[in-house]
Amino acid sequence: MIVASNLTKRYGEKTAVDDLSFTIKPGIVTGFLGPNGAGKSTTMRMIMGLDTPTTGSVTVNGRPYAEHPAPLHEVGALLEAKAIHTGRSARNHLLALAATTGIGARRVDEVIDLVGLHEVARKRAGGFSLGMGQRLGIASALLGDPATVILDEPVNGLDPEGILWIRNLLKGLAAEGRTVFVSSHLMSEMALTAEHLIVVGRGRLIADTSVEDFTRSASRNVVRVRSPHADRLRGLLLGPDVTVDGTERDTLEVTGLDSDRIGTVAAENGITLFELSPQQASLEEAFMELTRDAVEYHASTTAAAGEPVGAGRTNA
Amino acid sequence: MSTATATTLRKEAPAQQGKVTQLRVINSEWIKLRTLRSTPITLLVAVALMVGLGILFTYLRVNHGGHHGDTFNGAEMSLAMYRLAQLAVGVLGVLLISGEYTTGMIRASLSAVPKRLPVLWAKAAVYGAVVLVLMTVASVIAFYGGQAVLTSHHLNVSMSAPGVARVVFGTALYLTVVGLLGVAFGALIRNSAGAIATLFGVLLILPDLADLLPASWIPNVVPYLPSEAGGALLQIVPESPSMAPWSGFALMAGYAVVLLAAAAVLLKRRDA
Repeated sequence: MIVASNLTKRYGEKTAVDDLSFTIKPGIVTGFLGPNGAGKSTTMRMIMGLDTPTTGSVTVNGRPYAEHPAPLHEVGALLEAKAIHTGRSARNHLLALAATTGIGARRVDEVIDLVGLHEVARKRAGGFSLGMGQRLGIASALLGDPATVILDEPVNGLDPEGILWIRNLLKGLAAEGRTVFVSSHLMSEMALTAEHLIVVGRGRLIADTSVEDFTRSASRNVVRVRSPHADRLRGLLLGPDVTVDGTERDTLEVTGLDSDRIGTVAAENGITLFELSPQQASLEEAFMELTRDAVEYHASTTAAAGEPVGAGRTNA
Repeated sequence: MSTATATTLRKEAPAQQGKVTQLRVINSEWIKLRTLRSTPITLLVAVALMVGLGILFTYLRVNHGGHHGDTFNGAEMSLAMYRLAQLAVGVLGVLLISGEYTTGMIRASLSAVPKRLPVLWAKAAVYGAVVLVLMTVASVIAFYGGQAVLTSHHLNVSMSAPGVARVVFGTALYLTVVGLLGVAFGALIRNSAGAIATLFGVLLILPDLADLLPASWIPNVVPYLPSEAGGALLQIVPESPSMAPWSGFALMAGYAVVLLAAAAVLLKRRDA
């Protein structure tokens, strides 16, 4: 359980996190979503006690992180892929962290196997790829078998296999009753992994909602219909709350009726249909719509849409 | 890279057992110190410089030196290379902390020990102990090696002669404090280049600059600079003006304590 109340962080003139309040519940994966520079990493660093909030506070499992006597057993965090000394091997890095809390080499080898770094565990971490660094960071987050897991952009740099692995890992951790808080700038990834969403932009809370609700509100309820008798069908469908558009001669885009109703109307009137398909706005589009005003760094060539938010991001 | 789908996490023993203690953090820092290849290499270089160059320069001096003035002392001569060893020891002390900031490791360290101060104390304790042990060994070997060379010229001194044991073991103490000053500057400045420049600016350059002061001021300033104060411990034939050996060393150690305390305050206060 993570509780943030009126969390604010200012760096000089710039407000990175602005009066953020939320509660992250155990047992589900909660996504922390926002464009680059929205304050996600800063918030996570404040949860971990690395940055001190300018005002407000945040607690993990009832008290500030730094006040837990056995912190690694309370919270495991992946904050940056390479919070590791480049000259040290992955295994020695984990051994040193584990030693602070009395965890032995057996558990270290266990998490190394868990994240699939067995073969490179004794190699210098400086030579690790981004994906391997992420796995090592996840290994260190899981060292103390913590009740709360915080991961900042864990899928960054992972291959598709790794992304699938993370997805299952996170769901598994949540199913065990842990609090799982994962940041991402990719809505599509969160839709597959998370049950709940905290959406931020420019440091402010934009939405605190279940993924289900977010998806439902994102769908436009447009049905695409293709028929050789499009003109006749248009007349039959039009009504007070129904609009029909069409860009091509035999295609209609119907708003205000579901596909069941349209199919029934067509059948009753003996109209042939070639296609009848409900359209949904992609989650990515919905997310961009939601955060459009809050995007910190607009590419100068950006049109309205098309480009995923945060493409080519480094790390904010 | 194999991919385990396993989410089979062992249920840990009660969290009670995972408490962070100063002793555990010291163990952690000891692991960190041992597991960077550059650490043993740098420390061995320091020992090799102390012993090897010490003996070599002692040999050259007595065989090609001609006249040896009244200030020549066999103990001081054999240990003179502590000046080079302090470079290795000081730089490593800085890197112990600034290296964590450069690589991002500090965030992992401070996440594991969010109270922070145990990390600084553990680094200082572990590094201080390692340097003290190694430099004691190096000083003793350099001393006896040097005396062996000096024997043929009857310039050798005995360990039991007045002040000699103090200089031999004092060299190790001096170098230990240099290492701790490195740790303190590393933690205060957090940038390797800046901290190294500051450390050796204070130790090596400051006494030179102080010599530019009005002559009447010099006796009131120079003896109290860190390296001059600590250096009093390393002299059998005192340079004038200088502090008494142990009070000088106490002052140098005091500087290190004050700087470590300042580093502790900032470590607690600053964002990592």
